[in-house]
Amino acid sequence: MIPALKNHHFESRLFRFRVLLAAGFVLLMVGVLTLRMVNLQIFQHEHYSTLSDDNRVHTISIAPQRGRIYDRNGVLLANNHTTFRLEITPMQVEDMDETLERLSKIISFSEEDLERFQRERKRSRRFSAVPLRFSLNPEEVARFEVNRHQFPGVAIQDYQSRHYPLHNLTAHTVGYIGRINEEESQQVDPFLYQATEHIGKTGVEHYYEGLLHGTPGVRQVESNVLGRVIRVLEETPPTPGDNIFLTIDSELQAIANEAMGDYRGAIVAINPKSGEILTILSNPSFNANLFVNGIGREAYRELRDSKYRPLFNRFLRGQYPPGSTIKPLVALAGLELGHTHAEKETYCPGWYRIKGYKHKYRDWKKRGHGKTDVDKAIVESCDVYFYDLAFNMGIDNINEYMAQFGFGTQTGADITGEQPGVLPSRDWKRIHREEPWYPGETLSVGIGQGFFTITPMQLASAIATFANQGQRMQPHLLYATQGVGTSNPQLQPYQPLNHIEIKEQKNWDKVYESMRRVVHSKRGTARKLGKKSKYTIAGKTGTAQVYTVQQDEEYDEKSLPEHLKDHALFVAFAPLEDPEIAIAVIVEHGGHGGSVAAPVAKKIMDRYLLERRG
Amino acid sequence: MSRVDHTQRKVPLSYRLHIDLPLLTGLFLLSLFGLLVIYSAGGEDIDMLSRQFIRVSIAFTVLFIAAQTPPHWLKIITFWLFVIGLLMLFAVPFIGETHKGAQRWLNFGVILIQPSEMMKLIIPMMVAAYLSEMRLPPTPKHQAIAALLIIVPVLLIAKQPDLGTSLLIASSGFFVLFLAGISWRIIGGMVLSSAALLPLLWFYLMKPYQKQRVLTFLNPESDPRGTGYHIIQSKIAIGSGGGFGKGWLNGTQSQLEFLPERHTDFIFAVLAEEFGLLGVLILFGLYLFIIFRGLYIASQAQETYTRLLAGGITMIFFTYFMVNVGMVSGLLPVVGLPLPMVSYGGTSMVTIMAAFGILMSIHTHRRLLNK
Repeated sequence: MIPALKNHHFESRLFRFRVLLAAGFVLLMVGVLTLRMVNLQIFQHEHYSTLSDDNRVHTISIAPQRGRIYDRNGVLLANNHTTFRLEITPMQVEDMDETLERLSKIISFSEEDLERFQRERKRSRRFSAVPLRFSLNPEEVARFEVNRHQFPGVAIQDYQSRHYPLHNLTAHTVGYIGRINEEESQQVDPFLYQATEHIGKTGVEHYYEGLLHGTPGVRQVESNVLGRVIRVLEETPPTPGDNIFLTIDSELQAIANEAMGDYRGAIVAINPKSGEILTILSNPSFNANLFVNGIGREAYRELRDSKYRPLFNRFLRGQYPPGSTIKPLVALAGLELGHTHAEKETYCPGWYRIKGYKHKYRDWKKRGHGKTDVDKAIVESCDVYFYDLAFNMGIDNINEYMAQFGFGTQTGADITGEQPGVLPSRDWKRIHREEPWYPGETLSVGIGQGFFTITPMQLASAIATFANQGQRMQPHLLYATQGVGTSNPQLQPYQPLNHIEIKEQKNWDKVYESMRRVVHSKRGTARKLGKKSKYTIAGKTGTAQVYTVQQDEEYDEKSLPEHLKDHALFVAFAPLEDPEIAIAVIVEHGGHGGSVAAPVAKKIMDRYLLERRG
Repeated sequence: MSRVDHTQRKVPLSYRLHIDLPLLTGLFLLSLFGLLVIYSAGGEDIDMLSRQFIRVSIAFTVLFIAAQTPPHWLKIITFWLFVIGLLMLFAVPFIGETHKGAQRWLNFGVILIQPSEMMKLIIPMMVAAYLSEMRLPPTPKHQAIAALLIIVPVLLIAKQPDLGTSLLIASSGFFVLFLAGISWRIIGGMVLSSAALLPLLWFYLMKPYQKQRVLTFLNPESDPRGTGYHIIQSKIAIGSGGGFGKGWLNGTQSQLEFLPERHTDFIFAVLAEEFGLLGVLILFGLYLFIIFRGLYIASQAQETYTRLLAGGITMIFFTYFMVNVGMVSGLLPVVGLPLPMVSYGGTSMVTIMAAFGILMSIHTHRRLLNK
């Protein structure tokens, strides 16, 4: 049929020619592809190799170990523990709710743990492990390990956890670290903190964050498209943070804590010659360990809402009227500035009145002290003498002289969160109260009341300065640092501050003597303390009013509710001949300073001066 | 009308089994190379490897069976195959199943059939069968009918949408026409008219994602995280492979999963990364060997139908290879075609092996002419 009409020879030739053309086309195209490959793989090889390395090689930061904190004798105050936590890697878990449900039967975790877990899970990438429960005990670890095959994607991870072995004793001083929050993560150096989970939140942990933190290590890793690490190419280990030694003596701290008992208040003891803080306490305190991995909301609320305010750092942030403890310094100001002299006597009828005013300023002793010179005024704590002296000096002189002792400004001690207190002046009142200064207010300042407030830290520093013949030393907590690989801790040098000019040594000696007689004479307000003392103490009691007694009212300690009772204060230094310790004690609502605060101070001084180690 | 006379002459065993040894060797080496690369690209997954091994075995079985089928039987059933294929293509939009946004499959209860896959083979068969009945070179009328035989299924497939397959089928039909000897004027006219059809294609036929692919092809760096990602990572894999490669199982782009679709469409990038230019040239060599053997078989074929079919089949295989390598190396837009015989997956491999079975059948069912 039709095929018969075909010219086979012609068709065959045509076909072979076309096949040849097709073969040529194939060769041409394969040639193009080959050129392309040569271009990519030979000429552009370096370019693409670099891109390939950029893809796969990543630098990972390794968190350094945080420096330890010791007391001056090498007792650990903050340590790093290896503990265990339960982590879940969301990517490896098929059904999260179901897994959590089953997990809860093996290891208990709270609603808060779960909330935090869910919160962190949203923030992190799917292949990174998110902690669910911290500080597992060995029993829990064992229980999980037995069942671990049932929980793909769930693992127990060891980690470094901060531990504060002395719990409550140093919570306000050492402070605590906690997990870095959003705000902090924006403030810190991103290079240093890339791998760090915790940061100092309060106290020394916060102040010396830079020393304690250390330098992170670097690990070059190969990671896949999801960022998961496949293998380690190179590693530079991290440099741990410095260990630091604090000036405080943990045994003294324990004595202070014991002496304070259930009293609320603060104690600060300083070595006047060096400014070293020997013991520092705010009572009541709290267990700093609770904060390390995030305190539960319930526990936090309990601490925060407790009416005794255990979280409140009284020695640093508590601002109290100094009361009569300020009198020796006011007397010194009067003597040095020539507004009074050793023999000048003022008559005390039990009250004081400014000429031309009706208002009566009371003395704590209703009957009055009678004829009173400066010595008697200090020893018996006569208010009227100081009303008169303050009135004569005027607020400007008082302010100027007292400022030299550091009142009204932070002492600059190496701990975070210090408050400045208030050393009142005309300017201060104009700015803060928008009112002029009234003469009557000078009288209150003269006995450490009115607008005048101090922090226990300031008061202790001021007394230490006085004890040290006017040479102010920077109060500080850092005793020594120990870098990595150095066996001996490096002692910190002392830092002298301003020196208060001594116009006449006899004025200073006069006040030293009067403070001695506060403790060691029959009429002294702290005479009980001196009776059996094996060393000479110079001291001064104080009672700071919380509640202002009206003109026609009586202060009746028994009928007042506790929170309106006076604060009891006591300042001292010893031994008088060569002071080694200066101390300020404040007992909130403790009543009279001589009976409550003084014995606390005595126990600490006894321990420090009589049983000191080394 | 006896074919190979087995009794009179000593005929090699392979001929009696209707196997072309050079072609078989080439295909065997290629699939071996494929298995090697799949093992690496799949993250050393033994299960994956064994699944692919089973597919390769099935594909070789299909090849063997197809090789036993005499070409003139094929010619007889070609028309009916074409009708069935066309009917199935028409049915797809109504009863087809949708996977990954494309409606390509028909579910026959026991088996999922992808009619467009079958058409890859049926179209060149049909065009070859039709033209072989005519005097060659074909007259304009016959050419127009042949063109219609190609265009209708191509449009149906493009609509699914499956641009890659439709272009492949169009080119296979075109190659048959070309081998049949259509005049250069008409070839020029077809090139021009398809250029004119491009805007039509762009505005009416292409889906947004397909347009995006083309735009990305023109400038991959414009969207490095999105559609450009494939091609950028693929070029990094190829380029970083260098002359001798990073070594088997050591390609970071693929092992660390930066390279997408690494065991399917982009497997060539894995090969180029791990075996370098050397591996690429070996692969190209294998392909060239297979293609040239195919063209040789076509040139030796004695009937119009068999020579057109053999040439058409070979050229589809070539187009497959060229489009895939072109796309993975950034020379062509990404159209979603596997690398024949190497990529993971069974469908296209079975089709290709059936085609090569036909090629062998054509070669070994010749009448041996005496000089």
